[in-house]
Amino acid sequence: MNIPAELKYTKDHEWIRIEGDIAYIGITDFAQGELGDIVYVEIETVGESVAQEAIFGTVEAVKTVSDLFMPLSGEVLEINPKLDSEPELVNKDPYGDGWMVKIRLSDVSQVDGLLDATKYQEIIGG
Amino acid sequence: MTTTDTLLKHTALTDLHTALGAKMVPFAGYLMPVQYEGINIEHDLVRNRVGVFDVSHMGEFILKGPDALDLIQRVTSNDASKLSPGKAQYSCFPNETGGIVDDLIVYSLEDGHWMLVVNASNIEKDWNWIQKFNTKNVEMINISDRTSLLAVQGPNALAVIQKLTDVKLVEIPYYNFTKGKVAGCSNVLISNTGYTGAGGFELYFDNEHAITIWNALMEAGKEFDIKPAGLGCRDTLRLEMGFCLYGNDIDDETSPLEAGLGWITKFTKEFTNSAALKVQKEVGAQRKLVGFELIDKGIPRHGYELIDADGNTIGVVTSGTQSPTLQKAIGMGYVTSAHAVEGTEIFVKIRDKAIKASVLKTPFLKK
Repeated sequence: MNIPAELKYTKDHEWIRIEGDIAYIGITDFAQGELGDIVYVEIETVGESVAQEAIFGTVEAVKTVSDLFMPLSGEVLEINPKLDSEPELVNKDPYGDGWMVKIRLSDVSQVDGLLDATKYQEIIGG
Repeated sequence: MTTTDTLLKHTALTDLHTALGAKMVPFAGYLMPVQYEGINIEHDLVRNRVGVFDVSHMGEFILKGPDALDLIQRVTSNDASKLSPGKAQYSCFPNETGGIVDDLIVYSLEDGHWMLVVNASNIEKDWNWIQKFNTKNVEMINISDRTSLLAVQGPNALAVIQKLTDVKLVEIPYYNFTKGKVAGCSNVLISNTGYTGAGGFELYFDNEHAITIWNALMEAGKEFDIKPAGLGCRDTLRLEMGFCLYGNDIDDETSPLEAGLGWITKFTKEFTNSAALKVQKEVGAQRKLVGFELIDKGIPRHGYELIDADGNTIGVVTSGTQSPTLQKAIGMGYVTSAHAVEGTEIFVKIRDKAIKASVLKTPFLKK
Protein backbone atom coordinates (compact mmCIF):
# COMPACT_ATOMS: atom_id res chain seq x y z
CA MET A 1 0.00 0.00 0.00
CA ASN A 2 1.48 3.31 -1.11
CA ILE A 3 1.24 6.04 1.57
CA PRO A 4 3.72 8.83 0.77
CA ALA A 5 5.30 10.23 3.93
CA GLU A 6 5.23 13.86 2.74
CA LEU A 7 1.43 14.02 2.46
CA LYS A 8 -1.33 14.55 5.04
CA TYR A 9 -4.41 12.33 5.27
CA THR A 10 -7.96 12.09 6.59
CA LYS A 11 -9.97 9.18 7.97
CA ASP A 12 -12.15 9.59 4.84
CA HIS A 13 -9.15 8.36 2.80
CA GLU A 14 -8.18 11.64 1.24
CA TRP A 15 -4.66 12.93 0.89
CA ILE A 16 -3.62 16.59 1.09
CA ARG A 17 -0.45 18.20 -0.24
CA ILE A 18 0.09 21.56 1.47
CA GLU A 19 1.95 24.34 -0.38
CA GLY A 20 1.65 27.44 1.81
CA ASP A 21 -2.03 28.42 1.83
CA ILE A 22 -2.72 26.21 -1.21
CA ALA A 23 -3.58 22.53 -0.98
CA TYR A 24 -3.98 19.76 -3.54
CA ILE A 25 -6.47 17.04 -2.64
CA GLY A 26 -7.06 13.54 -3.91
CA ILE A 27 -8.05 10.10 -2.66
CA THR A 28 -5.55 7.58 -1.33
CA ASP A 29 -4.24 4.45 -2.99
CA PHE A 30 -6.26 2.47 -0.46
CA ALA A 31 -9.45 4.36 -1.40
CA GLN A 32 -9.03 3.88 -5.14
CA GLY A 33 -8.41 0.18 -4.56
CA GLU A 34 -11.56 -0.18 -2.47
CA LEU A 35 -13.67 1.72 -4.99
CA GLY A 36 -12.37 -0.19 -8.00
CA ASP A 37 -12.46 1.19 -11.54
CA ILE A 38 -13.40 4.86 -11.36
CA VAL A 39 -15.55 5.99 -14.27
CA TYR A 40 -16.64 9.52 -13.38
CA VAL A 41 -15.50 12.22 -11.00
CA GLU A 42 -18.16 14.89 -10.53
CA ILE A 43 -16.98 18.10 -8.91
CA GLU A 44 -19.12 21.18 -9.42
CA THR A 45 -17.83 23.36 -6.60
CA VAL A 46 -15.18 25.33 -8.47
CA GLY A 47 -15.19 28.94 -7.25
CA GLU A 48 -17.11 28.01 -4.13
CA SER A 49 -15.99 28.17 -0.54
CA VAL A 50 -16.60 24.80 1.02
CA ALA A 51 -16.40 24.10 4.75
CA GLN A 52 -14.30 21.34 6.27
CA GLU A 53 -16.20 18.00 6.21
CA ALA A 54 -18.71 19.27 3.62
CA ILE A 55 -19.18 17.38 0.35
CA PHE A 56 -17.23 18.90 -2.54
CA GLY A 57 -17.88 16.24 -5.14
CA THR A 58 -18.68 12.63 -5.91
CA VAL A 59 -16.66 9.79 -7.33
CA GLU A 60 -18.43 7.09 -9.35
CA ALA A 61 -16.81 3.67 -9.71
CA VAL A 62 -18.26 0.82 -11.74
CA LYS A 63 -19.84 -0.80 -8.69
CA THR A 64 -20.30 2.07 -6.29
CA VAL A 65 -20.58 5.79 -5.70
CA SER A 66 -18.84 7.73 -2.94
CA ASP A 67 -18.95 11.34 -1.73
CA LEU A 68 -15.80 13.44 -1.44
CA PHE A 69 -15.41 15.42 1.78
CA MET A 70 -13.40 18.62 2.17
CA PRO A 71 -10.46 17.83 4.44
CA LEU A 72 -9.96 21.55 5.12
CA SER A 73 -12.13 24.64 4.70
CA GLY A 74 -11.31 26.66 1.63
CA GLU A 75 -12.13 27.90 -1.83
CA VAL A 76 -12.04 25.38 -4.65
CA LEU A 77 -9.75 27.02 -7.19
CA GLU A 78 -9.42 24.32 -9.79
CA ILE A 79 -10.36 20.75 -10.56
CA ASN A 80 -7.99 18.42 -12.33
CA PRO A 81 -8.95 19.02 -15.97
CA LYS A 82 -7.70 15.58 -17.04
CA LEU A 83 -10.26 13.70 -14.96
CA ASP A 84 -13.15 14.62 -17.22
CA SER A 85 -11.83 12.43 -20.04
CA GLU A 86 -9.54 10.15 -18.00
CA PRO A 87 -11.15 9.40 -14.62
CA GLU A 88 -9.06 6.21 -14.52
CA LEU A 89 -6.05 8.40 -13.62
CA VAL A 90 -7.36 8.26 -10.05
CA ASN A 91 -6.77 4.50 -10.10
CA LYS A 92 -3.48 4.64 -11.97
CA ASP A 93 -1.80 7.52 -10.17
CA PRO A 94 -3.85 8.55 -7.12
CA TYR A 95 -1.14 10.82 -5.64
CA GLY A 96 0.00 12.32 -8.96
CA ASP A 97 -1.99 12.76 -12.16
CA GLY A 98 -5.11 11.58 -10.33
CA TRP A 99 -5.30 14.63 -8.01
CA MET A 100 -8.81 16.05 -7.76
CA VAL A 101 -8.93 19.65 -6.58
CA LYS A 102 -6.68 22.57 -5.75
CA ILE A 103 -7.97 24.78 -2.93
CA ARG A 104 -6.99 27.96 -1.10
CA LEU A 105 -7.13 27.36 2.63
CA SER A 106 -9.28 29.69 4.68
CA ASP A 107 -7.83 28.51 7.99
CA VAL A 108 -4.27 27.20 7.83
CA SER A 109 -4.45 26.09 11.49
CA GLN A 110 -6.79 23.24 10.44
CA VAL A 111 -3.76 21.53 8.90
CA ASP A 112 -2.64 20.53 12.39
CA GLY A 113 -5.69 18.31 12.73
CA LEU A 114 -4.80 16.15 9.71
CA LEU A 115 -3.25 12.70 9.98
CA ASP A 116 0.33 11.96 9.03
CA ALA A 117 1.26 8.91 7.00
CA THR A 118 1.94 6.75 10.06
CA LYS A 119 -1.43 7.53 11.64
CA TYR A 120 -3.23 6.93 8.37
CA GLN A 121 -1.48 3.59 7.96
CA GLU A 122 -2.77 2.59 11.40
CA ILE A 123 -6.33 3.50 10.41
CA ILE A 124 -6.35 1.31 7.33
CA GLY A 125 -4.59 -1.44 9.22
CA GLY A 126 -1.84 -1.63 6.62
CA MET B 1 -10.88 -13.27 8.83
CA THR B 2 -13.88 -11.59 10.40
CA THR B 3 -16.82 -13.33 12.02
CA THR B 4 -19.00 -12.51 9.04
CA ASP B 5 -16.63 -14.27 6.67
CA THR B 6 -16.74 -17.49 8.66
CA LEU B 7 -20.52 -17.60 8.34
CA LEU B 8 -20.30 -17.36 4.57
CA LYS B 9 -20.34 -20.47 2.42
CA HIS B 10 -17.35 -21.33 0.29
CA THR B 11 -17.17 -22.85 -3.16
CA ALA B 12 -14.60 -25.55 -3.93
CA LEU B 13 -12.40 -22.75 -5.29
CA THR B 14 -12.71 -20.04 -2.63
CA ASP B 15 -9.21 -20.63 -1.21
CA LEU B 16 -7.78 -20.52 -4.70
CA HIS B 17 -9.44 -17.16 -5.44
CA THR B 18 -8.08 -15.74 -2.20
CA ALA B 19 -4.60 -17.03 -3.03
CA LEU B 20 -4.86 -15.36 -6.45
CA GLY B 21 -5.45 -12.04 -4.69
CA ALA B 22 -9.10 -11.65 -5.63
CA LYS B 23 -11.20 -9.12 -3.78
CA MET B 24 -13.67 -11.36 -1.96
CA VAL B 25 -17.12 -10.12 -1.01
CA PRO B 26 -20.23 -11.64 0.56
CA PHE B 27 -22.71 -12.48 -2.18
CA ALA B 28 -25.91 -14.48 -1.66
CA GLY B 29 -24.44 -16.06 1.46
CA TYR B 30 -21.20 -17.03 -0.26
CA LEU B 31 -17.75 -15.51 -0.15
CA MET B 32 -17.20 -14.76 -3.84
CA PRO B 33 -14.57 -13.03 -5.99
CA VAL B 34 -15.86 -9.67 -7.23
CA GLN B 35 -12.66 -8.85 -9.09
CA TYR B 36 -9.06 -9.98 -9.47
CA GLU B 37 -7.29 -7.20 -11.38
CA GLY B 38 -10.17 -4.83 -12.06
CA ILE B 39 -13.66 -4.90 -13.49
CA ASN B 40 -12.84 -3.10 -16.74
CA ILE B 41 -9.80 -5.27 -17.51
CA GLU B 42 -11.76 -8.46 -16.83
CA HIS B 43 -14.72 -7.18 -18.83
CA ASP B 44 -12.51 -6.57 -21.87
CA LEU B 45 -10.84 -9.93 -21.38
CA VAL B 46 -14.18 -11.75 -21.65
CA ARG B 47 -15.50 -9.62 -24.52
CA ASN B 48 -12.35 -9.98 -26.59
CA ARG B 49 -10.61 -13.18 -25.51
CA VAL B 50 -11.63 -15.55 -22.73
CA GLY B 51 -12.21 -15.48 -18.98
CA VAL B 52 -13.34 -18.01 -16.37
CA PHE B 53 -16.01 -17.28 -13.76
CA ASP B 54 -16.52 -19.44 -10.68
CA VAL B 55 -20.29 -19.34 -10.33
CA SER B 56 -20.55 -22.42 -8.15
CA HIS B 57 -22.82 -20.51 -5.79
CA MET B 58 -25.67 -21.05 -8.27
CA GLY B 59 -28.27 -23.60 -7.20
CA GLU B 60 -29.01 -26.88 -8.99
CA PHE B 61 -32.06 -29.07 -8.39
CA ILE B 62 -32.62 -32.47 -9.96
CA LEU B 63 -36.24 -33.47 -10.61
CA LYS B 64 -36.95 -37.09 -11.51
CA GLY B 65 -39.85 -39.28 -12.45
CA PRO B 66 -42.84 -39.50 -14.77
CA ASP B 67 -44.57 -36.51 -13.14
CA ALA B 68 -41.53 -34.23 -13.13
CA LEU B 69 -42.47 -32.52 -16.40
CA ASP B 70 -45.97 -31.74 -15.15
CA LEU B 71 -44.51 -30.13 -12.04
CA ILE B 72 -42.04 -28.06 -14.08
CA GLN B 73 -44.84 -26.99 -16.42
CA ARG B 74 -46.93 -25.97 -13.43
CA VAL B 75 -44.27 -23.79 -11.77
CA THR B 76 -42.45 -22.28 -14.75
CA SER B 77 -43.62 -19.87 -17.46
CA ASN B 78 -41.80 -21.30 -20.46
CA ASP B 79 -42.93 -24.50 -22.18
CA ALA B 80 -40.59 -27.27 -21.02
CA SER B 81 -42.49 -29.85 -23.09
CA LYS B 82 -40.63 -28.44 -26.10
CA LEU B 83 -37.33 -29.66 -24.68
CA SER B 84 -35.76 -32.95 -25.67
CA PRO B 85 -32.75 -34.39 -23.84
CA GLY B 86 -29.70 -32.22 -24.48
CA LYS B 87 -31.67 -28.99 -24.65
CA ALA B 88 -32.06 -26.18 -22.15
CA GLN B 89 -34.33 -23.17 -21.86
CA TYR B 90 -34.49 -19.90 -19.97
CA SER B 91 -37.60 -19.63 -17.83
CA CYS B 92 -39.04 -18.12 -14.65
CA PHE B 93 -41.20 -19.10 -11.71
CA PRO B 94 -44.16 -16.69 -11.66
CA ASN B 95 -45.70 -16.13 -8.24
CA GLU B 96 -49.43 -15.91 -7.53
CA THR B 97 -49.50 -12.14 -7.15
CA GLY B 98 -48.13 -10.99 -10.50
CA GLY B 99 -44.42 -11.14 -9.73
CA ILE B 100 -41.51 -13.53 -10.20
CA VAL B 101 -40.13 -15.95 -7.59
CA ASP B 102 -36.89 -16.39 -9.54
CA ASP B 103 -35.55 -16.87 -13.04
CA LEU B 104 -33.86 -20.14 -13.99
CA ILE B 105 -32.56 -22.45 -16.68
CA VAL B 106 -34.33 -25.76 -17.24
CA TYR B 107 -32.15 -28.61 -18.53
CA SER B 108 -33.70 -31.76 -20.01
CA LEU B 109 -31.09 -34.34 -18.95
CA GLU B 110 -32.92 -37.44 -20.19
CA ASP B 111 -36.53 -38.58 -20.38
CA GLY B 112 -38.12 -37.83 -17.00
CA HIS B 113 -34.90 -36.38 -15.61
CA TRP B 114 -34.40 -32.63 -15.31
CA MET B 115 -32.06 -30.08 -13.80
CA LEU B 116 -33.20 -26.62 -12.74
CA VAL B 117 -30.49 -24.00 -12.24
CA VAL B 118 -31.52 -21.15 -9.96
CA ASN B 119 -30.01 -18.08 -8.36
CA ALA B 120 -27.88 -18.65 -5.25
CA SER B 121 -29.81 -16.12 -3.21
CA ASN B 122 -33.07 -17.96 -3.92
CA ILE B 123 -32.12 -21.61 -3.44
CA GLU B 124 -34.24 -22.15 -0.34
CA LYS B 125 -37.08 -19.94 -1.55
CA ASP B 126 -37.26 -21.75 -4.90
CA TRP B 127 -37.02 -25.18 -3.31
CA ASN B 128 -39.94 -24.42 -1.00
CA TRP B 129 -41.89 -22.86 -3.84
CA ILE B 130 -41.60 -25.94 -6.06
CA GLN B 131 -42.35 -28.26 -3.13
CA LYS B 132 -45.57 -26.34 -2.51
CA PHE B 133 -46.85 -27.56 -5.87
CA ASN B 134 -45.25 -31.01 -5.69
CA THR B 135 -48.48 -32.89 -4.97
CA LYS B 136 -47.39 -36.03 -6.80
CA ASN B 137 -44.16 -36.42 -4.85
CA VAL B 138 -41.77 -35.90 -7.70
CA GLU B 139 -38.30 -36.81 -6.48
CA MET B 140 -36.31 -33.62 -5.91
CA ILE B 141 -32.62 -33.51 -5.04
CA ASN B 142 -30.75 -30.34 -4.18
CA ILE B 143 -27.25 -30.90 -5.60
CA SER B 144 -26.16 -27.26 -5.16
CA ASP B 145 -23.59 -27.89 -2.43
CA ARG B 146 -21.80 -30.66 -4.28
CA THR B 147 -21.91 -29.07 -7.73
CA SER B 148 -19.35 -26.67 -9.12
CA LEU B 149 -20.06 -24.40 -12.07
CA LEU B 150 -17.45 -22.63 -14.15
CA ALA B 151 -18.53 -20.25 -16.89
CA VAL B 152 -15.83 -20.11 -19.56
CA GLN B 153 -16.83 -17.09 -21.59
CA GLY B 154 -15.46 -15.17 -24.55
CA PRO B 155 -14.71 -15.67 -28.23
CA ASN B 156 -11.82 -18.07 -27.46
CA ALA B 157 -13.73 -20.16 -24.90
CA LEU B 158 -14.54 -22.93 -27.36
CA ALA B 159 -10.92 -23.28 -28.49
CA VAL B 160 -9.72 -23.50 -24.88
CA ILE B 161 -12.20 -26.16 -23.76
CA GLN B 162 -11.79 -28.11 -26.98
CA LYS B 163 -8.18 -28.79 -26.01
CA LEU B 164 -9.49 -30.60 -22.91
CA THR B 165 -12.26 -32.76 -24.35
CA ASP B 166 -13.14 -35.13 -27.18
CA VAL B 167 -16.69 -33.77 -27.29
CA LYS B 168 -17.14 -31.82 -30.51
CA LEU B 169 -18.06 -28.43 -29.09
CA VAL B 170 -18.98 -26.85 -32.43
CA GLU B 171 -21.80 -29.39 -32.59
CA ILE B 172 -23.43 -28.00 -29.44
CA PRO B 173 -25.77 -25.15 -30.45
CA TYR B 174 -26.73 -22.27 -28.16
CA TYR B 175 -28.84 -23.51 -25.24
CA ASN B 176 -27.88 -27.12 -25.92
CA PHE B 177 -25.56 -29.25 -23.85
CA THR B 178 -23.91 -32.63 -23.64
CA LYS B 179 -22.17 -34.65 -20.95
CA GLY B 180 -18.59 -35.74 -21.40
CA LYS B 181 -15.06 -35.88 -20.08
CA VAL B 182 -13.16 -32.61 -19.58
CA ALA B 183 -9.52 -32.61 -18.46
CA GLY B 184 -9.89 -36.27 -17.59
CA CYS B 185 -12.86 -35.64 -15.30
CA SER B 186 -15.99 -37.62 -16.12
CA ASN B 187 -19.59 -36.56 -16.16
CA VAL B 188 -19.07 -32.87 -16.91
CA LEU B 189 -22.17 -31.16 -18.25
CA ILE B 190 -21.00 -28.88 -21.06
CA SER B 191 -23.63 -26.26 -21.76
CA ASN B 192 -23.57 -23.66 -24.52
CA THR B 193 -24.95 -20.94 -22.26
CA GLY B 194 -23.66 -17.96 -20.34
CA TYR B 195 -24.66 -14.61 -19.04
CA THR B 196 -22.25 -12.41 -20.89
CA GLY B 197 -23.21 -12.33 -24.56
CA ALA B 198 -19.56 -13.09 -25.32
CA GLY B 199 -20.12 -16.73 -26.28
CA GLY B 200 -18.69 -19.72 -24.47
CA PHE B 201 -19.73 -22.61 -22.30
CA GLU B 202 -20.76 -23.35 -18.76
CA LEU B 203 -19.31 -26.48 -17.14
CA TYR B 204 -21.19 -28.25 -14.33
CA PHE B 205 -19.36 -30.98 -12.41
CA ASP B 206 -18.80 -32.51 -8.98
CA ASN B 207 -16.79 -30.38 -6.54
CA GLU B 208 -13.98 -32.95 -6.41
CA HIS B 209 -12.99 -31.99 -9.97
CA ALA B 210 -12.95 -28.22 -9.39
CA ILE B 211 -9.22 -27.68 -8.92
CA THR B 212 -8.29 -30.07 -11.76
CA ILE B 213 -10.62 -28.42 -14.25
CA TRP B 214 -9.72 -24.89 -13.17
CA ASN B 215 -6.00 -25.56 -13.54
CA ALA B 216 -6.49 -27.34 -16.86
CA LEU B 217 -8.46 -24.38 -18.24
CA MET B 218 -5.77 -21.93 -17.12
CA GLU B 219 -3.07 -24.07 -18.75
CA ALA B 220 -4.99 -24.68 -21.98
CA GLY B 221 -5.94 -21.01 -22.20
CA LYS B 222 -2.42 -19.63 -21.82
CA GLU B 223 -2.07 -18.99 -25.54
CA PHE B 224 -5.20 -16.80 -25.36
CA ASP B 225 -4.07 -15.08 -22.16
CA ILE B 226 -6.96 -16.63 -20.23
CA LYS B 227 -7.60 -15.22 -16.74
CA PRO B 228 -10.13 -15.52 -13.95
CA ALA B 229 -13.02 -13.06 -14.09
CA GLY B 230 -15.02 -11.84 -11.10
CA LEU B 231 -18.68 -11.20 -10.47
CA GLY B 232 -18.14 -7.46 -10.99
CA CYS B 233 -17.58 -7.79 -14.70
CA ARG B 234 -20.23 -10.49 -14.94
CA ASP B 235 -22.67 -7.74 -14.03
CA THR B 236 -21.35 -5.20 -16.55
CA LEU B 237 -21.25 -7.88 -19.28
CA ARG B 238 -24.83 -8.99 -18.69
CA LEU B 239 -26.06 -5.42 -18.51
CA GLU B 240 -24.55 -4.59 -21.91
CA MET B 241 -26.70 -7.42 -23.24
CA GLY B 242 -29.82 -6.23 -21.39
CA PHE B 243 -30.07 -9.53 -19.50
CA CYS B 244 -32.21 -9.31 -16.34
CA LEU B 245 -30.66 -9.79 -12.91
CA TYR B 246 -33.00 -11.19 -10.29
CA GLY B 247 -33.27 -8.82 -7.34
CA ASN B 248 -32.43 -5.85 -9.56
CA ASP B 249 -34.51 -5.91 -12.72
CA ILE B 250 -37.00 -8.60 -11.80
CA ASP B 251 -38.36 -9.56 -8.40
CA ASP B 252 -41.48 -10.59 -6.49
CA GLU B 253 -43.29 -7.46 -7.69
CA THR B 254 -42.45 -7.40 -11.41
CA SER B 255 -44.35 -9.45 -13.94
CA PRO B 256 -42.54 -11.32 -16.69
CA LEU B 257 -44.52 -9.35 -19.26
CA GLU B 258 -43.49 -6.01 -17.78
CA ALA B 259 -39.89 -7.26 -17.74
CA GLY B 260 -39.93 -8.02 -21.47
CA LEU B 261 -39.96 -11.75 -20.76
CA GLY B 262 -43.08 -12.40 -22.85
CA TRP B 263 -40.89 -14.69 -24.98
CA ILE B 264 -40.56 -17.12 -22.06
CA THR B 265 -44.21 -16.76 -20.99
CA LYS B 266 -46.10 -19.38 -22.96
CA PHE B 267 -49.87 -19.54 -22.71
CA THR B 268 -49.86 -22.92 -24.45
CA LYS B 269 -50.24 -24.43 -20.95
CA GLU B 270 -51.45 -23.52 -17.49
CA PHE B 271 -48.96 -22.36 -14.89
CA THR B 272 -48.90 -20.27 -11.71
CA ASN B 273 -50.88 -17.06 -12.28
CA SER B 274 -51.17 -17.77 -16.02
CA ALA B 275 -54.79 -16.58 -16.21
CA ALA B 276 -53.95 -13.15 -14.76
CA LEU B 277 -50.82 -12.85 -16.89
CA LYS B 278 -52.85 -13.67 -19.99
CA VAL B 279 -55.19 -10.78 -19.18
CA GLN B 280 -52.17 -8.53 -18.65
CA LYS B 281 -50.86 -9.54 -22.05
CA GLU B 282 -54.19 -8.75 -23.73
CA VAL B 283 -54.72 -5.45 -21.93
CA GLY B 284 -51.06 -4.44 -22.10
CA ALA B 285 -48.71 -3.90 -19.17
CA GLN B 286 -48.89 -0.55 -17.37
CA ARG B 287 -45.13 -0.30 -17.12
CA LYS B 288 -42.27 -1.80 -19.03
CA LEU B 289 -38.62 -2.55 -18.46
CA VAL B 290 -36.59 -0.52 -20.93
CA GLY B 291 -32.97 0.16 -21.64
CA PHE B 292 -31.64 3.70 -21.76
CA GLU B 293 -28.37 5.50 -22.29
CA LEU B 294 -27.42 8.72 -20.60
CA ILE B 295 -27.04 11.78 -22.80
CA ASP B 296 -25.73 13.98 -19.97
CA LYS B 297 -22.94 12.88 -17.64
CA GLY B 298 -23.66 10.60 -14.71
CA ILE B 299 -24.05 6.97 -13.74
CA PRO B 300 -27.54 5.54 -13.14
CA ARG B 301 -27.88 3.23 -10.14
CA HIS B 302 -30.49 0.75 -8.89
CA GLY B 303 -33.26 2.65 -7.12
CA TYR B 304 -32.73 6.08 -8.72
CA GLU B 305 -35.95 7.78 -9.80
CA LEU B 306 -36.86 8.22 -13.48
CA ILE B 307 -38.72 11.43 -14.31
CA ASP B 308 -40.08 13.23 -17.36
CA ALA B 309 -39.12 16.73 -18.55
CA ASP B 310 -41.63 18.25 -16.12
CA GLY B 311 -40.19 16.40 -13.14
CA ASN B 312 -43.03 13.89 -12.82
CA THR B 313 -42.06 10.43 -11.64
CA ILE B 314 -42.37 7.92 -14.49
CA GLY B 315 -40.40 5.00 -13.10
CA VAL B 316 -37.30 3.70 -11.41
CA VAL B 317 -33.80 2.53 -12.40
CA THR B 318 -33.22 -1.18 -11.81
CA SER B 319 -29.62 -1.50 -13.09
CA GLY B 320 -27.00 0.91 -14.32
CA THR B 321 -23.32 1.21 -15.02
CA GLN B 322 -20.69 2.77 -17.19
CA SER B 323 -20.49 0.33 -20.10
CA PRO B 324 -16.83 -0.66 -20.47
CA THR B 325 -17.32 -1.68 -24.11
CA LEU B 326 -19.48 1.25 -25.25
CA GLN B 327 -17.81 3.80 -22.97
CA LYS B 328 -21.10 5.37 -22.00
CA ALA B 329 -23.50 5.20 -19.11
CA ILE B 330 -26.32 2.71 -19.62
CA GLY B 331 -29.17 1.47 -17.52
CA MET B 332 -32.42 -0.40 -17.34
CA GLY B 333 -35.55 0.59 -15.52
CA TYR B 334 -39.32 0.40 -15.42
CA VAL B 335 -41.22 3.28 -17.01
CA THR B 336 -44.90 3.83 -17.73
CA SER B 337 -45.80 2.31 -21.08
CA ALA B 338 -46.15 5.77 -22.66
CA HIS B 339 -42.44 6.36 -22.06
CA ALA B 340 -41.31 2.91 -23.19
CA VAL B 341 -40.94 3.86 -26.84
CA GLU B 342 -37.44 3.88 -28.30
CA GLY B 343 -36.02 7.37 -28.52
CA THR B 344 -38.18 8.81 -25.72
CA GLU B 345 -36.36 11.45 -23.72
CA ILE B 346 -36.38 10.62 -20.02
CA PHE B 347 -34.37 11.86 -17.05
CA VAL B 348 -32.58 10.08 -14.26
CA LYS B 349 -32.62 11.86 -10.93
CA ILE B 350 -29.05 11.77 -9.67
CA ARG B 351 -28.30 13.68 -6.48
CA ASP B 352 -31.31 15.96 -7.07
CA LYS B 353 -30.36 16.76 -10.65
CA ALA B 354 -32.25 15.65 -13.74
CA ILE B 355 -29.77 13.90 -16.04
CA LYS B 356 -31.03 13.45 -19.60
CA ALA B 357 -31.31 9.95 -21.05
CA SER B 358 -32.80 8.29 -24.10
CA VAL B 359 -34.80 5.05 -24.22
CA LEU B 360 -33.10 2.36 -26.29
CA LYS B 361 -33.77 -1.15 -27.47
CA THR B 362 -31.60 -3.73 -25.73
CA PRO B 363 -29.11 -5.29 -26.18
CA PHE B 364 -27.02 -2.15 -25.79
CA LEU B 365 -24.20 -4.01 -27.46
CA LYS B 366 -25.27 -4.71 -31.03
CA LYS B 367 -23.75 -7.62 -32.89
